[in-house]
Amino acid sequence: MRRVVITGAGTVNALAQDVAGTFAAMTEGRCGIGQLTFPDVERLNVQIGAQVQGWQPESHFERGKLAFYDLFTQFALVAAAQAMAQAGLAEAPGDPTRWGCVIGTAGGGNGTINDAFRTVFAEGKNRVHPFTVPKLMNNAACSHISMGYGLQGPSFSVATACSSSNHAIGLAFQMIRAGMADGMVAGGSESMLNFGGLKAWEGLRVMSTDGCRPFSADRNGMVQGEGAGVFVLEDYDHACARGADILAEIKGFAMTSDAGDIVMPSPEGAARAIRGALKDAGLAPDQIGYINAHGTGTAANDRTEVAAIRQVFGPAADRVMVSSTKAMHGHCIGGTGAVELLACLLALREGVIAPTINHRLADPECDLDVVPNTARQAPVTAVLSNAFAFGGLNAVLALARA
Amino acid sequence: MRSDVQDQIITIIAREAVLEPAEVHPDMTLDELGLDSLGLVEMIFAIEEAFNISVPFNANEPSQSDFDISSVGAIVRAVERMIAGPAPAAA
Repeated sequence: MRRVVITGAGTVNALAQDVAGTFAAMTEGRCGIGQLTFPDVERLNVQIGAQVQGWQPESHFERGKLAFYDLFTQFALVAAAQAMAQAGLAEAPGDPTRWGCVIGTAGGGNGTINDAFRTVFAEGKNRVHPFTVPKLMNNAACSHISMGYGLQGPSFSVATACSSSNHAIGLAFQMIRAGMADGMVAGGSESMLNFGGLKAWEGLRVMSTDGCRPFSADRNGMVQGEGAGVFVLEDYDHACARGADILAEIKGFAMTSDAGDIVMPSPEGAARAIRGALKDAGLAPDQIGYINAHGTGTAANDRTEVAAIRQVFGPAADRVMVSSTKAMHGHCIGGTGAVELLACLLALREGVIAPTINHRLADPECDLDVVPNTARQAPVTAVLSNAFAFGGLNAVLALARA
Repeated sequence: MRSDVQDQIITIIAREAVLEPAEVHPDMTLDELGLDSLGLVEMIFAIEEAFNISVPFNANEPSQSDFDISSVGAIVRAVERMIAGPAPAAA
């Protein structure tokens, strides 16, 4: 089977609007969560989030095109441009029908829906912008990326809530490995930080009003973020032949379904995904130096995730470093796995393990080395990235140093 | 007043627990009624809608909430307090 490598990375998130800035923020343990600013925020019970600050779409896009770009598409396009630039590609190299794009998103153009509903329901107007549908559709980001770089092969969007990004990257990986494509642009994007988007989340009563504290005994819920992560994935031989700089190798991927509860996670389903990714990668637990946890900061997720890691890793669980970077960039929902893959690249490339910030109190049910509060210098050769979605859909990626 | 609030809350809880109101008594816990976490969140929403109040409740720390859910009677008393008192500020 073919080997699959990452040759480009890009991101926009609350910590920074590029990879270098995000690496720096993760190394410093900076928190991107703060007071939200958008219309009607004062009517929300949850008013904090990791919002992208100082976003200037005009500096990235022509005005005519912006009419088609929801924020989630803008984030994805900017992240894709960075990734392609790093990969040294202006367009699909070689046969463009052998290159595609898979982008995960849960809410798609959620902000566009919010604006259109406000127009017709709150303002009582009887028309919305003519491009509302192409702007809000979940595949908008994927389609605009494919159009931008002439990617004519398999392209689609994936919506599996908080696992969307990992499913997208995992599927792209599998397609290249299976020979269906030579290269794929893959990742995820999300922007639900608007009144309607967050009001819906509030209803579930799983959000924290004062901060994201994964694995800390005093955690009290998730905090939402926004942003995108996009990567260029290539067949190893293809990348070598054109002299590309290889950032990391994707070694394995597994996805499972709890087939249990629509919101409560299951340790068994998560454990099967972790075990499956290791098996697919041909790696043993003691070879994994770092796990980027799903680590949402809810009571249920963190406890369940630790149980799942212990179940699979056995004694090696006491040696692996596990951190949740969501305390820094927030839970970027459908884009979160892609943003978190950057913490994996940081670990593999720089030997820097991003910390779990806001960790204040040890929780006996989360008794792993969660790299509390301060980044750690530690060389690692292989890592995992966990994503466990509402609906019981689990997706775990395994990566190794190039 | 008391019985009216209690009747309404029992009706709401019974609906969430898929029971007859006559089967729900003030001394019962939500566990005994078979309400899971989603049922609980729906119940609180229904109470908020019925009494036009805002209930401070976070599913991550149910026991730390100011809103006592230890029994049906406790919920009734908590709602009565909220109706009697000034409307709580947003949590």
